[in-house]
Amino acid sequence: MNRPEPPHAIVLCGAQRFDPTLGRAVRALGLDGPVALVTAGFQEREAEDQDIRAELGGTVENLRLHARADEAFAADAELRAAHRERQGALRHKQDFYRIRLEHALEAQHVVSQRRAPAAILAEEHEASLAEIRQLDAYHLGQCSRIHRAFETAVQPFERPAIARHRDELARILAASSLLVLAGGHVATLLNRLRLFGVAELCPGKPVAGFSGGAMVLCERVVLFHDSPPQGPGAAEVLDHGLGLCPGYVALPQPEMRLRLDDAERVSVMARRFAPARVLALPSGAAVTLEQGRATRVEGALLLTGDGTSVPFGPKGGA
Amino acid sequence: MTQRLAIHTLVESRPDAAAIDAWMAGRRFPVVEGSRVTFVYRGEVDAVALRHWIYALETRRALERVAGTDLYYLVMDVPPRSRVEYKFEIERGGAQEWILDPLNPNRARDPFGSNSVLQAEGYEVPDWTRHDPRARPGTLEPMTVRSAAFGGERAVQLYLPARLRRSRRYPLLVVHDGRDYLEYAGMKVVLDNLIHRLELPDLIVAFTSSPEREREYADDPAHGRFLTEELVPQLGARYPLVDQPQARALMGASFGAVASFSTAWHHPGFWGRLLLQSGSFAFTDIGRANRFGPMFDRVVALVNAFREAPSAVSERVFVCCGVYEKLIYENRSLVPLLDETGMQVRFVESRDGHNWEHWRDRLREGLSWLFPGPLMMVYE
Repeated sequence: MNRPEPPHAIVLCGAQRFDPTLGRAVRALGLDGPVALVTAGFQEREAEDQDIRAELGGTVENLRLHARADEAFAADAELRAAHRERQGALRHKQDFYRIRLEHALEAQHVVSQRRAPAAILAEEHEASLAEIRQLDAYHLGQCSRIHRAFETAVQPFERPAIARHRDELARILAASSLLVLAGGHVATLLNRLRLFGVAELCPGKPVAGFSGGAMVLCERVVLFHDSPPQGPGAAEVLDHGLGLCPGYVALPQPEMRLRLDDAERVSVMARRFAPARVLALPSGAAVTLEQGRATRVEGALLLTGDGTSVPFGPKGGA
Repeated sequence: MTQRLAIHTLVESRPDAAAIDAWMAGRRFPVVEGSRVTFVYRGEVDAVALRHWIYALETRRALERVAGTDLYYLVMDVPPRSRVEYKFEIERGGAQEWILDPLNPNRARDPFGSNSVLQAEGYEVPDWTRHDPRARPGTLEPMTVRSAAFGGERAVQLYLPARLRRSRRYPLLVVHDGRDYLEYAGMKVVLDNLIHRLELPDLIVAFTSSPEREREYADDPAHGRFLTEELVPQLGARYPLVDQPQARALMGASFGAVASFSTAWHHPGFWGRLLLQSGSFAFTDIGRANRFGPMFDRVVALVNAFREAPSAVSERVFVCCGVYEKLIYENRSLVPLLDETGMQVRFVESRDGHNWEHWRDRLREGLSWLFPGPLMMVYE
C-alpha cells in the first residue's frame, strides 16, 4: 500500500485516564463536525468508550473496527485463515528478531562499560548502534514482505466481507472532521486499522492519537518497557506504523515504562531511532503538529543522544 | 566490632520476669537487626534448639538460656533477603518435640504440615501472591484424562482464564505436583494476578498430580507419553490451544522438575518452554553411586546421559534454585550445559530453601520469562 496523504494536523497525547489532554488539544484545532473514533485496541471492550466520548464532547462515532473484523472473519473463512497465518508468521519473525536484538543490545551495553581511548569508544558505540539499527531495518523489511504477500494473495479490499465495511467507513470518515485513535493493545489496533485501510480512507484529515494510538501514527511502532518482570527490557520495533506522523517515535507512559534517569538507555533509544525524534508522552502530555512543525506542546519530553530527557518545545525542538 | 543487639542489652541487665515481659512487648520475633537475627523462645523447658533446612549450616543449633529465667535465645548471621523455614525442638522431661515458633506469626504450609518462617531484612512477601480484588478470577475445573500409558484414568485440574474465548487460541502450561502448587504455592491467585497485570498472557494450565511421583517422575517413559501423547491431544480436543512448541510449557519442582526435563528429553521439539524449580538433577562424574541414594538412580542415569551429550530438548528454559538447598550444586552444574545447546536459559538463585513458598516467589519471573504477557503491547 502507498503511504497515505499526511494529515493537516496531528495530535499526539499521553494516557488519558488521570490527566486528560485530548479534548483541550482537539478543541484548539478549531474543527467543526463529528469525530470518528477507533477503540479497536480495547479489543472485546471496544464499546467501552464513554470516557473518551465525554472528553471529546460533541458527536462521536465509533468505527467499531474490532467488531467489524470479527464479522468479516465470520463471513469469510478464507480471509480468516490467511489472516491467522500471516499473524503467525509475524509472531515468528518477531521472536527471531528479538533473539538477535537482545544479543545486540547486550553487546552495546558491554561496549559502553569498557574503558578505551575516546575516539575508539565513539567508533565502537556507533558500530554497536549500527548493528541494532540494521536488525530493526531487517525486521521491518520482513514485516513489509509478509504484508505484501498477504495483500497480493488475499486482496482484502476486494473481498465483499471487507469491502462492505470499507464503504461504510468511508462514508463515516467523509462526514467527520477528525479521526481519533485510542490506545490499548497496539498490535491489535494497528492490525485492524490496516485490515480496513482506514488511513487511506481519510487522506489529509486531521488525526489525534493517545497512548497506543499515538504510537501507531508514527512510521515505526516501538514496544518498550525498561523493567518488565522477565528481566531487562529490550525495546523492539513491532512493525511499520501508519506513517502519518513521520519523523517521530512516540513513547507513552514513560513514568511507568522508562528509566529516564538511566543515561545509557535514554541515549541508545534516542540515537537508535535518529533522525526521528523520540518523544516521551507522560500523562498530561499533548503535542500538536501542523505541516510537520510542533505548534502546541504540553508536557512532552524529548529524549536526547547525550542521555537526558528535556522538555519538548513548541517550535519542534528541545 | 561485634554489633550490639537488643538481646545483649537485655541479658546484661540480668532481667527478671517483668523486665523480660517489657522487653518482649510489641517486639517482632525473630528479632531482625541488619544481618543479625535473634531467635527467641520463652517457656519452662529443659532445652531448646533451632531446626532449620539451610544446607550449608548445622541443621540443629541450641538456644542459650538466660540464667535464672525461662528465656532462650540464639543469634545467627542471616544475609539480607533471606527467607528461612524453621521449627523449635523442645526438650522437656526427657521427651523431644518439634514445634512452631510461638512468637512468630509467619507460617508456611507444606504437605508435611507447616513451618515458621524467618523473613530476613529486605525480604517481603511479593504483592502479586496476595488476592487482588481487581483481578478477574479464572476458574478451576476437573478433567479426567484416559491413559493407556498408565492404564486407567488420571484426574487433572484445569485453570481456565477469566476471559476464555473459543475464537482465540491459548498457550498451555502443564504443572507437576499440581495439587501442591495450588495448595501451598497459591498458584491460582498468582495466575489471576499476573494475567491481570498483563505480565502473563491468558493461558490454560493443567495441574497434574501423580499417585507415585518418586517412580513416575524419575524418568519414567510412561509419564512423558502420558503428557505428550495423551494429555495434550485430549486437552486440544476440548480447548483452543496453540499447536506450537513455543506455546507448550512444562514445569515442576524437585522431582517435578526432573519429570519436566525428562518429558522434554524424550519428546524433543514438542515442549518449547521449561520451568525447572530446584530440580533434583543428581549426577555422577564417575561410577553410579550418588549421594542421594537409590531413589535417584534413574535420575542419575538421565542426567549423566544429558551431561554426556547435551542437546536442545526445548527452546527456552528457566531454572531456579535456593542457595540454602542441597541441590544448588546440581542446578549450578546443569545451567552451563543447558546453555551450550543453544536453548535460551535463565538461571535465578535466591536465598531460600527447598520449599513451596520459595517456588511461589519465583513464579512471576519464571512464568513471564516463558510466556511474556502483553505488557509490552498494551498502552492504555
